[in-house]
Amino acid sequence: MSATEVDPATTNSPEAAMASRARFAALVQRQGAFAIFVLVMVVASFSFDSFLSRGNLTGIAVQASFLAMLALGMTFVIMTGGIDLSVGSVFALGGVLAAWGSQHGTLVAFALPLGVCGLIGLVQGLVIARGGLPPFIVTLAGLLFARGLLLLLTDEGAKTYKVPAGSSFRKLAQSDLLGVPYPVLLVVLFFAIGALVLHRTSYGASVLAIGGQEDAAELMGLPVQRTKVLTYVASALLAGFGGIMIASYTSSGVTILGVGLELEAIAAVVLGGTLLTGGAGTILGSLIGVLLLQVIKNVINQVGSLDSDWQAVVSGSILLGVVTLQRWLTRAERT
Amino acid sequence: MTSTTTTTPARGTGDPVLETVGVTKTFGGVHALRGVDFQLAPGEIHALVGENGAGKSTLIKVLTGVYAPDAGEVRYAGETRHFRGPSDAQDVGISTIYQEVNLVPLLSVARNIFLGREPRNRFGLIDVRSMNQQARELMRELTIELDVSKELGRLGLGAQQMVALARAMSVESRVVIMDEPTSSLEAKEVTTLFTVARRLRDRGVGLVFVSHRLDELWELCDRVTILRDGRWVHTGPLAEMSRLELVSSMLGRDVEEVASEGATEFGESHRRSEEPAMVVSGIEVRNRLHGIDLTVRPGEVVGLAGLLGSGRSETVKAIYGAMHTDAGEVTVSGKKVRANSVRRALSAGIALLSEDRKAEGIIPDLSVRDNIALAVLPRMSRAGVVSEGKIDALVETFMRRLQIKASSPQQKVRELSGGNQQKVLIARWLCTEPTVFLLDEPTRGIDVGAKSEVQSLIDELAQQGLAVVLISSEMDELVEGADRIVVLHDGSAQSELDSRNLSSSELLRALAGDRSTDSPRGGQTGGPTDSPTDSKGEAS
Repeated sequence: MSATEVDPATTNSPEAAMASRARFAALVQRQGAFAIFVLVMVVASFSFDSFLSRGNLTGIAVQASFLAMLALGMTFVIMTGGIDLSVGSVFALGGVLAAWGSQHGTLVAFALPLGVCGLIGLVQGLVIARGGLPPFIVTLAGLLFARGLLLLLTDEGAKTYKVPAGSSFRKLAQSDLLGVPYPVLLVVLFFAIGALVLHRTSYGASVLAIGGQEDAAELMGLPVQRTKVLTYVASALLAGFGGIMIASYTSSGVTILGVGLELEAIAAVVLGGTLLTGGAGTILGSLIGVLLLQVIKNVINQVGSLDSDWQAVVSGSILLGVVTLQRWLTRAERT
Repeated sequence: MTSTTTTTPARGTGDPVLETVGVTKTFGGVHALRGVDFQLAPGEIHALVGENGAGKSTLIKVLTGVYAPDAGEVRYAGETRHFRGPSDAQDVGISTIYQEVNLVPLLSVARNIFLGREPRNRFGLIDVRSMNQQARELMRELTIELDVSKELGRLGLGAQQMVALARAMSVESRVVIMDEPTSSLEAKEVTTLFTVARRLRDRGVGLVFVSHRLDELWELCDRVTILRDGRWVHTGPLAEMSRLELVSSMLGRDVEEVASEGATEFGESHRRSEEPAMVVSGIEVRNRLHGIDLTVRPGEVVGLAGLLGSGRSETVKAIYGAMHTDAGEVTVSGKKVRANSVRRALSAGIALLSEDRKAEGIIPDLSVRDNIALAVLPRMSRAGVVSEGKIDALVETFMRRLQIKASSPQQKVRELSGGNQQKVLIARWLCTEPTVFLLDEPTRGIDVGAKSEVQSLIDELAQQGLAVVLISSEMDELVEGADRIVVLHDGSAQSELDSRNLSSSELLRALAGDRSTDSPRGGQTGGPTDSPTDSKGEAS
């Protein structure tokens, strides 16, 4: 608070105390996941010799890259005050379509899943924005629809399409540049673009305005409907692209993937400090949220005696803790 | 206006920049506007006034493209326009500042000013530096010092309102519509707002100004349009109108009219005991109430009168603990009630029948019985188990006593008439056996028959020894129903009238502030209250 401030609300002492508490809340909001992430990293690197090995870290990064794609789209959706439950299924559908498409050429392996997933996103977006239906229900329908379509295409999941051995499509996720795998590079690139779009374009400004106060955004003449439609399309496209990456990485269209992945994406976004009510958050925070979840998985896998199911228990507990803290702190801020 | 007329042509005489012709708008069969004609000239500040439900907000929303009129048309610069949304209206140059700040609290000040029109750099990306620079310049022009990169939500309401004003200025509008912009402002901010408004006017911008603070109208505005019950009533130069004329045409009362006795169902004055049931002293709510004192004795009905925005509802809400108070004390039967707690107020014996029964009281899908029983559930249950028999008996008693017309106690409240819904709510509060009953517009929106029933019920309750505070916009109801009337003005008690020898027109005069002997709140508007032409002269 600067001395030149004329705003009387911040000059008397109880409000000043509230302001400092609000600043602390904002700090936890923005950097809480990062602090836990660093803590887990430090503890893990002392506990396990192999944790900081190049192979292990690269593994974590590649494993995290698929979820990261979903989380990026989810960040925008949540910032508008919405939710996208369909991304896990759309991701799996994208993978199967990419694997099938790769048998007809690399171009098809990209175009087909992006086309179908984009269409699913478009329909969801239109129904949500134009029809005014709750995103929760609409994308729940999308989840069932995409999963059903996938099962239809694969004889109820029995049929796994393979990417042909010599296909250049495999290179997408299996090559690296100067030792950095392509999926990791793509995530960095996409997140950089995402941050630019959010903070430096009018679309991004609309996203934040809609999530912050939809009525106000409407009254200010912002393109509310168009922004929402675009956001759901982008989310579905990113999920589809994640599917393309996993198809290339595994050289096949694995049908059982992506179940519950939408919830992990939501968890990562919320851990990263994006308000579930919309209007505020950072792109980088979501990336850290994704990495945090992945590192926890990795650590639990390294503890030989622990069942891998502990992953979910630990992730869930951390999520609950962070969200409770956020809520508790922001309540002071917003009264 | 005589001696202060300047050589420039009278304001408001140019071709209208924005007008409505015969605009009608209905919501679910209710007429919000009926054939309203309104003209805004360039270079004038045009006051738009009317009581609750007069149609001001609806008219503003039609002008700004939020609503499309059902009939009639909106013309901008002489051309008929069909705005499909607020952005259409903004694109042609109509800006609006709303009563509640309609900005995004989580975004920065600069972001809010330029949202949707951000300056771009050569890559087509938002140029944050130049955006902040331009925002700073705008704020400097408004003589407001604040950090434009700060989140809007961290500013006080007044500062937020100034940001909204900066946003309106930045679009270079030809029309600026201000819907109660001053209701959350400090005196200094009001002065700044007025300075900016006058500057815009001198540049040829047409401004529409809505405010419930009457003093402000004469200080700032050139012409006035009065709406009542969705209809156009009057348009003319403000300087030619007295406060009393303005208020009486707002309320639809002839100044000379003297109310005939017996227009309501209230009986004669009530028996009073000398020991007060409730004493309220020095209630302060920032920007709303300024040291309200009120005493009610058992068996007495005290009326609270005042124009919209004078603080009537706020007063009872503050007493009830539903509005945060900054100072003041409430005692019931000699015992102090802890402030800012509805629970404490309830257990001390204060009940509030709120103005908006749909939003704050009735639960439409529950039965009559369940709606009545809600208030007593905590008391009538033992270890969480409710005694059904006791509730049935209680509900039956009240249905009979209040003559609630329902097919059975099981009928859903939504199926009842407005008057019977109101009685259900009154019954609910009576179940709590209150000492003091605060009634906020108990007869609004209910039909004539039910109205007189509610009125005689209030009478009866007072005769049984209940202390009643009655808020009403209907003067007959106050004059005949209340024993004393406290007149509120801009959040403070202006005068107290004995209703025994009071006529409606005297009350009207008190409402308009003509009889005020106290000075208005120091410097709140900075304008004189009695001599409109003076401030007009300064403004020119």
